[in-house]
Amino acid sequence: MNSAKERLVNGILKENPTFVLMLGMCPTLAVTTSAINGLGMGLTTMVVLALSNVFISLLRNIIPDKVRIPAFIVIIASFVTVVELLLQGFIPFLYDALGIYIPLIVVNCIILGRAEAYAYKNPVIPSLFDGIGMGLGFSAALTCIGAVRELLGAGEIFGIHVMPDSFVPVSIFIMAPGAFFVLALLTAIQNKVKIVGEKKGKDMSKIQSGCGFDCMNCDDAGCAHKMYDDSAKGTKTEIKEDENNGNG
Amino acid sequence: METVKELLVILIASSLVNNVVLSQFLGLCPFLGVSRKTNTATGMGVAVIFVITLASAVAGAIYKYLLVPLDITYLQTIVFILVIAALVQFVEMFLKKYIPALYQSLGVYLPLITTNCAVLGVALTNVQKEYGILAGIVNGFATAVGFTISITILAGIREKMAYNDIPESFKGMPIVLVTAGLMAIAFCGFSGLL
Repeated sequence: MNSAKERLVNGILKENPTFVLMLGMCPTLAVTTSAINGLGMGLTTMVVLALSNVFISLLRNIIPDKVRIPAFIVIIASFVTVVELLLQGFIPFLYDALGIYIPLIVVNCIILGRAEAYAYKNPVIPSLFDGIGMGLGFSAALTCIGAVRELLGAGEIFGIHVMPDSFVPVSIFIMAPGAFFVLALLTAIQNKVKIVGEKKGKDMSKIQSGCGFDCMNCDDAGCAHKMYDDSAKGTKTEIKEDENNGNG
Repeated sequence: METVKELLVILIASSLVNNVVLSQFLGLCPFLGVSRKTNTATGMGVAVIFVITLASAVAGAIYKYLLVPLDITYLQTIVFILVIAALVQFVEMFLKKYIPALYQSLGVYLPLITTNCAVLGVALTNVQKEYGILAGIVNGFATAVGFTISITILAGIREKMAYNDIPESFKGMPIVLVTAGLMAIAFCGFSGLL
């Protein structure tokens, strides 16, 4: 029980996927036009994340190491399809609002990242709570960003009018550019926290914004792209070996 | 004649008006990750054009001739992601074996493209908007051209910005995101085009 609680706290606060690890930026920007959309996307992702974590953890001794990434993708894509059909059947307004971003949960690097970094190496129960914790952290972050954008862009939160009548909505915040500005501000605050923390001598290495998103020179093992790179390298050497055997 | 006009509308709509990065937020990771230098950005762009055009052709054909006749269209997400991953691997092997010169310049970008949500996004949009195979290919090509345009512009701005004096906490990602936001405002101007 202790480890379950630790996983939840870890996902929501210590390693919050959006605010600390900066993962899954595409849905973060695209669907946060209102708080309710953000919450819906976050909870949908949480369900997929928890299910795929459990399943991958169950199969962790069966999946061969070399084909683990394709195996993860098939498992994740299956759960995304299930969740998509459920949403279409039971919560149609959310299905319409999120649209193409529901199937795109498949390529959300948080899910693949957790599968690789946690579920593939740990037992079922902690993996389940890791998925739920990360999902809740993601939901909280998306809801916050959505609420800020909705408040500034429409003067509402969760569809309830809260700003005084004299407030003129800055509609750019619910349009595409606003997403970039809100995220820019968010990363700037994160940078600030990191700089201040480092001055006080704390270990801030977990905060990822220092990465600078420079994929060409990146050697961070936690990055989803890197995992693809590694697996690709694996197949490359394998192919080379095969060719050598053929020649020999 | 009508079809040519339709294809032209798709071409302009997907490359400029609904720019894949700046208004749909797809392919954001390479947009931010590979835009430090203009030449790598252009290289990435060319690789993306190549892969997306090919992927929308293959995905469109599989959808029309395999998923629809068998009545298993609900499996589209799983099928598309596998097809794209396999396609990227296959293209990489093909280029390495037969066109080494092209592999030298594009090879490093290919593994990065597998996770590019724009590829899957285009395949799914084609199905959602009920495009035929030809319209799907044009849509894919146009989307990728839009990606190339925006990543090249961003890389150009980032190269200039390297000499600027930026506040400490805005260094790195935040200032790039502000730039992207301003570019998105500029691209909003295209919305009156159609």
